[in-house]
Amino acid sequence: MSNLHELQGRRGRIITDKDAREISRVEELSYDLKISEVMTRNVKTVSPDMPMNAVLEILRVNRISGVPVLEHGDLVGILSIEDLVRCMEKNELHFPVSAYMSRNIVSVNAYDSVVKAIETFSTQRKGRLPVVDEAGKLVGIITKGDITRGVLNALQRDYHEEELRRYRASHLFEDITSDRTSLILRYNIKPRDYLNGGQASSHIKRALLRLGANPQLARQCGIAIYEAEMNLIIHTTHGGIIRVQIEPHRILMQTTDDGPGIEDVQKALTPGWSTASQEVRDMGFGAGMGLVNIQRCVDRMELESAPGKGTRLTMEIILRPEERFKETEENGTVA
Amino acid sequence: MNLQEIIHRLDLTPLTHPKPFESIHPTGGYASDLLSCVIAGAKPGNLWLTIQAHVNIVAVASLNELAAVIVTENASPDPAVIEKANEQGVTLLVSRETTYQVAGKLWEMGIR
Repeated sequence: MSNLHELQGRRGRIITDKDAREISRVEELSYDLKISEVMTRNVKTVSPDMPMNAVLEILRVNRISGVPVLEHGDLVGILSIEDLVRCMEKNELHFPVSAYMSRNIVSVNAYDSVVKAIETFSTQRKGRLPVVDEAGKLVGIITKGDITRGVLNALQRDYHEEELRRYRASHLFEDITSDRTSLILRYNIKPRDYLNGGQASSHIKRALLRLGANPQLARQCGIAIYEAEMNLIIHTTHGGIIRVQIEPHRILMQTTDDGPGIEDVQKALTPGWSTASQEVRDMGFGAGMGLVNIQRCVDRMELESAPGKGTRLTMEIILRPEERFKETEENGTVA
Repeated sequence: MNLQEIIHRLDLTPLTHPKPFESIHPTGGYASDLLSCVIAGAKPGNLWLTIQAHVNIVAVASLNELAAVIVTENASPDPAVIEKANEQGVTLLVSRETTYQVAGKLWEMGIR
């Protein structure tokens, strides 16, 4: 990472772009998240006339360090473990809660952002804050631990959504409004590059799956392209280009090259006929079934070739209504 | 019959990273050394028996979503082929026997 993108952190640690992004995301989240989303509901409460030793038991059993005090449903105080300690020092565990509770109640609203609770925690020295609704009724309690957990959960959700966004493009045609949307993929294929044979077809197949194509359709396209790709690798002088145009209603695949061209196109389409060299046949190619396989996988195949000039192979799959990529309703599908 | 049992009973050697083979149930088999025939004839989930060991078997197996490739007569794929197979999640197995023998045994075991 270049120095330009680095900042010196307050503690001398270098803050990278990535850190900065994460920090600002946490800040953003503390504004986005509502207190009601991170607070603890089902709060344990006590009444003012309850003896302190009963509270001791409630705190111990529930492993909590404080409880709101309610009287006829209204929040009248907060009792914390510090109050209990004071009470134990004086040996007054038989005293009622009202004798030790704090009446100075600092509460936050359920509909406030988490940032409001963070501010309150930093100005008031409180371990927990009661959360009230618009009518001032107690609906929950919030601690710093709740905030940390809430923010971490939200970051985790963010991460999952980001992953989904990154790995799925199935909403592409839905997100874009145009009279005719198409996605074009291009691959340059080198001659005799057997090591990478099948790379383009596997990338195309994966792209179709990410766009939400059904697996059967993606496989068909993959097979048709594989055969065409291997033809470019095996037979062409300078390699060629694969161009795939994906539209909501069809997939148009085309390979073009600049030679040597096919002497007899009709013969090339005959099952079992091949011009492959022995060397290529030893690798399992040259069965003379490539174009036949392609024909089986697509709705339309056109082979145009001029010896000395080059070859163009066009393959088209018209998607059945249930196979079509989803579009926005405004987009008109052009047949 | 799962792939783990097949590997065990036919004494096959996996060349690629192990997978939960016991949860892979081959749907049938196909035997040919001509890639285009395999593309046309093999079905997803099939085992493919071939003596070919060069890199293009990986592309064919991946495109056709085959359960595994059984390379017969101890033909040995290059490390580059094995690496590519691992990348694409293709399982490569090697047998000492001929394609004919392996196919016969698989047929006997009920992989049809």
